Amino acid sequence: MSSTDRSPEHREFGEYARRWLEENAPPPPPERLPITPIEVMTVGQRDYLQAWQRKCYDAGLVGADYPKDYGGHGNTGFQRIANHEMNRAGVPFLINIVGLSMAAPTILQHGTEEQKRKFIPGCLSGEEIWCQGFSEPGAGSDLANQRTSAVQDGEDWIVNGHKVWTSLGHFAHWMILVTRTSKDDKYNGLTYFLCPIKGYSGVTVRPLLKITGETGFNEVFFENVRIPDAYRLDAIGKGWAVAMTTLLAERGASESAGSGGGDREDSIKDLIDLARNSWRNGILAADDPLTRDAIMERLIVAEGIRQNARRARVAALCDHPMRLPLQQKLTITESDQAIARLGVDVSGAHSTLYKLDPRAPQAGHWPLAYLNSYGNTIAAGTNEIQRNILGERVLGLPKTK
Amino acid sequence: MTTTKSAPRDFGFGEDEAMLRDMARKMLGERLPMERLRTLVAAAPEPVYDKGERAPWDAQLWAEIVELGWTGLAVSEADGGSNISLVGIAGIVEEVGRHALPSPLISTLMASLMLRAAGGEAASQLLKRIAGGATASLAITNDRGSWEPEDAPLIAIEEADALVLNGTARFVQDAFKADIFIASARLGDALVLCAMEKGADGLSLQADHIHDLTRDQASVHFNGVRVAAGFIVSRDGTAVLQAVWPSLLALVSADLCGASERLLQITVAYANERVQFDRPIGFFQAVKHPLVDAMVKIDRARSLLYHAAAEIDAGSANAELAARMAKSAASDAAAFVSDRAIQLHGGIGFTWEYGLHIFFKRNLHNQALFGDGVHHRKKLADLLIGPVSTSPNLARDPAAT
Repeated sequence: MSSTDRSPEHREFGEYARRWLEENAPPPPPERLPITPIEVMTVGQRDYLQAWQRKCYDAGLVGADYPKDYGGHGNTGFQRIANHEMNRAGVPFLINIVGLSMAAPTILQHGTEEQKRKFIPGCLSGEEIWCQGFSEPGAGSDLANQRTSAVQDGEDWIVNGHKVWTSLGHFAHWMILVTRTSKDDKYNGLTYFLCPIKGYSGVTVRPLLKITGETGFNEVFFENVRIPDAYRLDAIGKGWAVAMTTLLAERGASESAGSGGGDREDSIKDLIDLARNSWRNGILAADDPLTRDAIMERLIVAEGIRQNARRARVAALCDHPMRLPLQQKLTITESDQAIARLGVDVSGAHSTLYKLDPRAPQAGHWPLAYLNSYGNTIAAGTNEIQRNILGERVLGLPKTK
Repeated sequence: MTTTKSAPRDFGFGEDEAMLRDMARKMLGERLPMERLRTLVAAAPEPVYDKGERAPWDAQLWAEIVELGWTGLAVSEADGGSNISLVGIAGIVEEVGRHALPSPLISTLMASLMLRAAGGEAASQLLKRIAGGATASLAITNDRGSWEPEDAPLIAIEEADALVLNGTARFVQDAFKADIFIASARLGDALVLCAMEKGADGLSLQADHIHDLTRDQASVHFNGVRVAAGFIVSRDGTAVLQAVWPSLLALVSADLCGASERLLQITVAYANERVQFDRPIGFFQAVKHPLVDAMVKIDRARSLLYHAAAEIDAGSANAELAARMAKSAASDAAAFVSDRAIQLHGGIGFTWEYGLHIFFKRNLHNQALFGDGVHHRKKLADLLIGPVSTSPNLARDPAAT
């Protein structure tokens, strides 16, 4: 990032963040970390990552732009710099991804003063892990088709239903929860809650196994779960609008609180490294012209994603304000998937080896990354739904539904 | 050598650049709407395709463009130009592509960038003429379609303090519109760059019979063309070619981006208007989703274009990498968008009268010009992965290191 468009204050913060990250890079994890927060499986991984987020938060690199009243650091324009420096430093990702990029921005926009003070600090520090209760067995791409019900009972609500694909649910203290409070209107019959999960009466979290054989996401059952009205976010019947805020934050830059984690650039470097060392069908993968071409294709797409993010902030080079932001989820997840897939191809016969096989290249990273990549091309609105959204909102084509 | 500086975060695309671009968009939108373009270059196929006539162009519009000072965009103020950054020029060239403007503008900009890279008195004199409205074109490509320094199309011999050129330069763009040619020639082990008038003794043009209706192209034969000392632009042509190379790629990329965006917008408008099965066809995902994919590819290419232009403006060592990425992305985006534009229009898009073919062919021409996507990815791979092992299985045997 150039220094020309930053104030002295921002430059100073950038230098501070870089120095802090150099001096405070965490020790190696006790066990191999997954690629993204939604694949965190073990207590050991969680404890390590939670401690790291806390440290970054205390240093001012997380929640940098949130008001101090809500546990933030009260700055403006610092978070983007912190994210950039965290990406650059290649430090571990921040575990509380749902809290940071979904719950906190939604609560900030729709919450009462009391809710903001109660919930946002834990999202930022990582002390309270959040999960998302949107998808149901019958409500995937058709998200408004919610069946989980919330029925008013005095000052409380009684929740019954079944949520699925709940990443981090096994560690979560809280869930952002969409429920049906009226059957009269598909969209206006939804209400949004902040629901306690861990150890809460009537809530059962059951792990789901992914195609990799790993856990990492869950299904959550609600049986007569009683939650106070104080945990309702925004008005009764406004749940769809609140959920849209969440999804926009999730699919967007996720800059509001802090993201952290690796970079596509590093993946390309790893891929080149793999190709230079991978014997495949009797020759080095790096000597195969089609493989070389494919790696450069991935490089160009990855650089394009970086430059899109840069151009998105130059209004004169954007014909439609949402044209680039709304592409981000689609392009990033498809790029990551294609990179992982190419890693499998480059590995040749070695791609058959599971991570526990001593001969598996790069500890079995590529085939597992490829299998796991579908989590992201499906989650947060499948990429087919993303294409509908882009076609309709940006290109102005007729709505599918 | 230039030193590496970091390019500004906003690519250096500020108010002035936006104003120039908007002015170009408005002017070309008024003077060259689709209807006018069709009657100008595609009234009927016979003259160009059957009789081999050169496609017409609007000399009156060109006079206005000269009046606006566009020939001098890349010329320094000392030589009478406006010294606009390449980022600013890219903005204008995108509009040129968007309107498929038939003109010698791009070939003239390329020649002026080459002269500026060469520097010196000979170049300065020529740049003054160009800023004053003279047109120019590069004669640097040989019979095998290579423009690499070692493949110069011409042979030079010394004769007193002049040079005498022999040979044939191929694929010279808008040669029949050029007042001046800048040619590359081999002189012993060195590469020289020379300028000559279109009417120079021993120089003759032979028109290529081409598909694109928005330019002309020729073989330029040099039969003992004498170049006086004052027209020898550089005796270190290799360095000049390497320095200017990224800029030439950026200009073609900008043209491709502009034309591709136009094809997208025309197709989106048609998909909103054409009704089949009782709905505008843009409702159907088989139409909607490819249009979104086209947008994603164009946006990637555009972001990489401005990245490349900003790196070139900053004198960055990354300029070549960035420009090859941009040309690769722009060529491939154009191929995809052109293809889908015709297909999604159905029968009407296949007709001569409708006019999509004008942009389709301009894009097809520009995809090949100075190397397609595959070519530039091959060059990138050589730079980033390293050369392919010449001694199979030994040169890079990981076990040997």
